[in-house]
Amino acid sequence: MQHTLSVLVEDEPGVLSRVAGLFSGRGFNIESLNVAPTLENGVSLMTIVTEGEEQIIEQIVKQLRKLVTIIKVVDMSEVQCVDREMVLIKISAMDHSRAEILRIVDIFRCKVVDVSPTEMVLEATGDRGKIRALINLLQRFGIKEIARTGSVAMRRSMQLES
Amino acid sequence: MTLKGAQILLESLVNEGVDTIFGFPGGAVIDIYHQLPNYPLRHFLVRHEQGAVHAADGYARASGRVGVVLATSGPGATNTVTGIATAYMDSIPMVVFTGQVPTRLIGNDAFQEVDIVGITRPCTKHNYLVKDIRGLAKTIKEAFYLARSGRPGPVLVDLPKDVMADEAPYSYPSKVHLRSYNPHYQANIKQVRKALQLIREAQRPMIFAGGGVIASDGHEELTWLARALQIPVTSSLMGLGAFPGNDPLCLGMLGMHGTYASNMAVNHCDLLISVGVRFDDRVTGKLESFAPEAKLIHIDIDPTSIRKNVSVDVPIVADCRLALQALHKELEPLLETERFSERFASWRETIQGWSEAHPLTYAKLETVLKPQQVVEAIYEITQGEAIISTEVGQNQMWTAQHYRFHRPRSLLTSGGLGTMGYGFPAAIGAQVAFPESLVIDIAGDGSIQMNIQELATAVCYNLPVKIVILNNSYLGMVRQWQELFYAKNYCSTCMEHGPDYVTLAQAYGAEGFRIINPADLKPVLQQALTSPKTAIVEVVVDKEENVYPMVPAGAALNEMLLV
Repeated sequence: MQHTLSVLVEDEPGVLSRVAGLFSGRGFNIESLNVAPTLENGVSLMTIVTEGEEQIIEQIVKQLRKLVTIIKVVDMSEVQCVDREMVLIKISAMDHSRAEILRIVDIFRCKVVDVSPTEMVLEATGDRGKIRALINLLQRFGIKEIARTGSVAMRRSMQLES
Repeated sequence: MTLKGAQILLESLVNEGVDTIFGFPGGAVIDIYHQLPNYPLRHFLVRHEQGAVHAADGYARASGRVGVVLATSGPGATNTVTGIATAYMDSIPMVVFTGQVPTRLIGNDAFQEVDIVGITRPCTKHNYLVKDIRGLAKTIKEAFYLARSGRPGPVLVDLPKDVMADEAPYSYPSKVHLRSYNPHYQANIKQVRKALQLIREAQRPMIFAGGGVIASDGHEELTWLARALQIPVTSSLMGLGAFPGNDPLCLGMLGMHGTYASNMAVNHCDLLISVGVRFDDRVTGKLESFAPEAKLIHIDIDPTSIRKNVSVDVPIVADCRLALQALHKELEPLLETERFSERFASWRETIQGWSEAHPLTYAKLETVLKPQQVVEAIYEITQGEAIISTEVGQNQMWTAQHYRFHRPRSLLTSGGLGTMGYGFPAAIGAQVAFPESLVIDIAGDGSIQMNIQELATAVCYNLPVKIVILNNSYLGMVRQWQELFYAKNYCSTCMEHGPDYVTLAQAYGAEGFRIINPADLKPVLQQALTSPKTAIVEVVVDKEENVYPMVPAGAALNEMLLV
């Protein structure tokens, strides 16, 4: 099962390499990894999407916590959260397919951020399911290039009983 | 007080209570060596940086103090890596200082530049590159704190040359504050009571002791637990000495070359009280068949050790000693009523039966010495009171099996990494820590040659370390695997053309002895072990003797080859 880990780290040289090295050295998977500063000076947030059985995820979380430069690890899959990623998709858009593409853009609430006589660049935001569905739908028009940010996630303010 | 970086480093060491450094100079650390004579620090000049790290490691294992290493940049730094990884795998407290090229040259492929922080990231508990002299003292404080607290381990501090030459005001911090590092020492009382409940329900309990018992100085607590409840004790290689090896409850080592009784007992026990262990593959054998009938209590200070390899019924993340104390407190009032000893009596008889059916054994010959015989003779002569280091391979396993370690910190061996060449420099470090003790490296003819150059160090500092080489002219453990599992294809394991160890010892200014005839074993050993000098005793042993019992890799513990 996929897990999204929110990892608060001390923003110092080598911290990314410590995390990446931990994953590669112990044979853990990284599906995506996103790093950016937080409100607090000197602290960054890493969002790691990983996959594995429960015992493996438990090890990943524990091993991350063991790294001296890591402040906090939360497995977002254990809480209710919103997660989003942004994707830029360069797609072949000839005259005959343009209208259909724009309909999909509309349905998925994407934006067209660049256009040329033969191509378009779309910007879309959503959870992994939505992004997957969008890419799936656009495939038949010919996707030329894709750039994704990887997921970021945030705990919901209200944790409702399920 | 304004000081140079090199002075800040050395002042900080003195403030940490360090009095011993193992090192080797080079261009990037000359500033430090220039200041060294002004400080109350004994520096032991080794002959290879790997020797320095193993010596610091042996010093740390034998004394419980933090080992300290000083090496130069580039090759000096890379030469420390095997030693650092050795200490990391066995959780040994150590701080390694390496020189680095000046900060302005870092990343330029300067002469003797290497990214040692990058290289050692996966084999240190933590590491630092000090780029600004203002962070130097704080970094050193943190390094020592990290090395010795929680689950101990090696920490590396990389010191650029200009930082050592720079000047700054000095004050040594009194406290460390790391918001992201808070080792958990006290045992959760709820977990302790759950463990207690399992002990009360058990009919066939076993204690499994590991290196964590020794690291936490919990041997007395462990010994109390075993004796008060009359529960038999087995141990990992790292745990030997945590419980007296001459106690009737001691079953010896568990695992691949564990005793028959240990392996059978773990296979049949209904409760395994595991303390300071990490369930290494050499101990468990086939995981699915490990302790199949047992509930598991697992005490360890490192949360990652729990459920890494085996599933656990009652995990207790805590310092082993404190957890055992908590358990003691809960058990004490029950001793009268529960009559543990009586309840476990028939279980102990069963185990006794296994011990008697298949004790550690070998066939003595009149013409040629058996290596086990040599270890037994060392045990008899030293009465189990020596500090013993080993190399890696058959020599290590025979020592673990046939020398009964009476007290903790008396066995220095590379358990996790299995580093050949570890034993001799480690023995040097232990001898430095305990100048009056008898320190013996039990070696093989393969391993000893990996750090033989340290003979010069031992002789130079009048360290009367003894090396007993079990010379079978083979890389014996690999040859044993080739014999048993690779159709006797002894490819590259025959160590022909070994040196003449007697004249080699003499060339370095040490004493050399050779034993070939079994009748000479005890008298010559006696003579060598009582010599005030560094000495090598080469014992020519049966070439193709194997270590038994043996659980083949990946087999279950009860699937032992016995002879």
